[in-house]
Amino acid sequence: MADVKKVATRQSYGEALKELGAEKADLVVLDADLANATKTDIFKKAFPDRHFDCGIAEANMMDVAAGLSTMGLVPFASTFAMFASGRAYEQVRNTIGYPHLNVKIGATHGGISVGEDGASHQCCEDFALMRTIPGMTVLCPSDDVEARKMVRAAYEMEGPVYLRFCRLATPVIHDESYDFHIGKGEVLTEGGDVAVIATGIMVPEAVEAAKLLKEKGVGAMVVNMGTIKPLDEDLVIRAAQKCGRVVTVEEHTVIGGLGEAVCGVLAEHCPTPVKRIGVYDEFGHSGPAGALLTAMGLDAAGIEKATLAFLGK
Amino acid sequence: MTDKERKELQIMATRVREGVLTATHGAKCGHPGGSLSAADVFTYLYFREMRIDPADPRDPDRDRMVLSKGHTAPGLYSALANRGFFPVEDLATLRHIDSYLQGHPNMNTVPGVDMSTGSLGQGLSVAAGMAKGAKFLGKDVNVYAVLGDGEIEEGQIWEAAMFSAHYKLDNLCIIVDLNGLQIDGPTAQVMNSAPVDEKFAAFGCHVVVADGHDYDALEAAFARFHANHGSGRPTAILVKTLKGKGVSYMEGQVGWHGKAPNDEEYAQGMAELAAARAALEVE
Ligand SMILES: Cc1ncc(C[n+]2csc(CCOP(=O)(O)OP(=O)(O)O)c2C)c(N)n1
Ligand SMILES: [Mg+2]
Repeated sequence: MADVKKVATRQSYGEALKELGAEKADLVVLDADLANATKTDIFKKAFPDRHFDCGIAEANMMDVAAGLSTMGLVPFASTFAMFASGRAYEQVRNTIGYPHLNVKIGATHGGISVGEDGASHQCCEDFALMRTIPGMTVLCPSDDVEARKMVRAAYEMEGPVYLRFCRLATPVIHDESYDFHIGKGEVLTEGGDVAVIATGIMVPEAVEAAKLLKEKGVGAMVVNMGTIKPLDEDLVIRAAQKCGRVVTVEEHTVIGGLGEAVCGVLAEHCPTPVKRIGVYDEFGHSGPAGALLTAMGLDAAGIEKATLAFLGK
Repeated sequence: MTDKERKELQIMATRVREGVLTATHGAKCGHPGGSLSAADVFTYLYFREMRIDPADPRDPDRDRMVLSKGHTAPGLYSALANRGFFPVEDLATLRHIDSYLQGHPNMNTVPGVDMSTGSLGQGLSVAAGMAKGAKFLGKDVNVYAVLGDGEIEEGQIWEAAMFSAHYKLDNLCIIVDLNGLQIDGPTAQVMNSAPVDEKFAAFGCHVVVADGHDYDALEAAFARFHANHGSGRPTAILVKTLKGKGVSYMEGQVGWHGKAPNDEEYAQGMAELAAARAALEVE
């Protein structure tokens, strides 16, 4: 995919904030001394009066965002996924989630693809943590286009939203005509042998894996699940009914993430064998993002291999 | 304030305290100690200080109060009920399965509650966000946060204090209830948070120390807060109080932090408060 355009979804986040900021006077952005990394500095440059740096105090930042929202503003609170969902979990749970406040959490540097910083910064637990909060919407874009549309959709809905972006530049698979709706998945390829439900930067890898599988005679229905919660249950069930076998792919621990969300739906409504591809209950480590993803089986070749094994081929 | 105004506040405070007993007695649990120590502060805030309207509890231009020490909901609820936000009779339903009076403040079910709290250490950050929002929007809104002296052991309080001074939130009034007790014992022994005044001063606040049961002292303290508008610094009012104040057997007793009076204790406490009110009324 050498000639494919690549953009990091954190970059999309910063640019979308700037674009939306020009239209919406009530949009404010908070950061915790990472504006250059989360890319909220793009917004800051355009709207310095609407960007509040909170310093290295993520718990405080989340609750400040809660307070701002009660005044009628729409705050986007930004930091790394590790600190947004981990350090500040209880702030998000009790002071944003419980009162159901209109706070948007822009969490960048999700997953293993953080790369060289290593395990302390590679958050593979955020879907699990955020999914458990009643009323929390959890989004994870597959590419630049979807990321920008998600930021707008998050602004436009009332209530708390967690958005997970990535550090690594990854292929752009949508064009601007793509229509994103919260709670709706997208079928990217048709196939009847296995459904591959992926999220985030695993989506382009799943699409590539589907090409490899096709060469082996396996038809894969690839689904881009941009909304982790509320999950598009109808689409999950339809995919399972059609293919009879489901693979999930996420840059996240297999505990509590997209895979288990899919398993939950299928166990209750349409029992179907599922293979969860993700991080298998281990911490990541340092290394270039691409090499790390390959080492952990989180690339097209890894998805192809695990899917063939699952299908007994 | 005039003698009459002072007396009216003192009389109202006995009613607020009765509500604390009624609520915790009705719940058979809850937190009377810190509700009673802060009862005069709640009374002062809701009956003299804050610009609020019980008929329009969500007025976007109202002053805000965040009860950071959320376990003292009985005190807040009683002040709100007595101020007319909801019926005083409902206080007895506190914590009941079908009641809107949740064990800790809930902004979505209880009229007059500006923020849901209960997890200590977070309310000051929210209040700071409100104060920052008010300034950003150019609104003349004051934000009050009531904290416990045990609660300030939470590190987030100091993150919030730093934020408040950095963003020059002179519309923010931090009130710390220095009742000297938390759950495991005296604050000085569990985790000494003293000197509280020097800490808040070091974090960039104007610090005022006041007797939290003396309405003239409270008036002077809040006057300092208003005088500090334009200074670019938040105000921290440290109120010295007695935990359990107004109910003899609860006063200064760590054991009454989170325990409800039984029927006998309830009757005695209500009688003491009624007698205190009667004495004020004849004076
Ligand atoms: C984060 C958190 N930890 C522990 C508790 C349990 N708790 C409730 S009240 C309390 C003691 C509070 O003491 P203080 O702040 O002095 O309150 P007051 O004396 O005014 O009642 C504790 C530890 C809690 N509510 N939140
Ligand atoms: Mg105390």
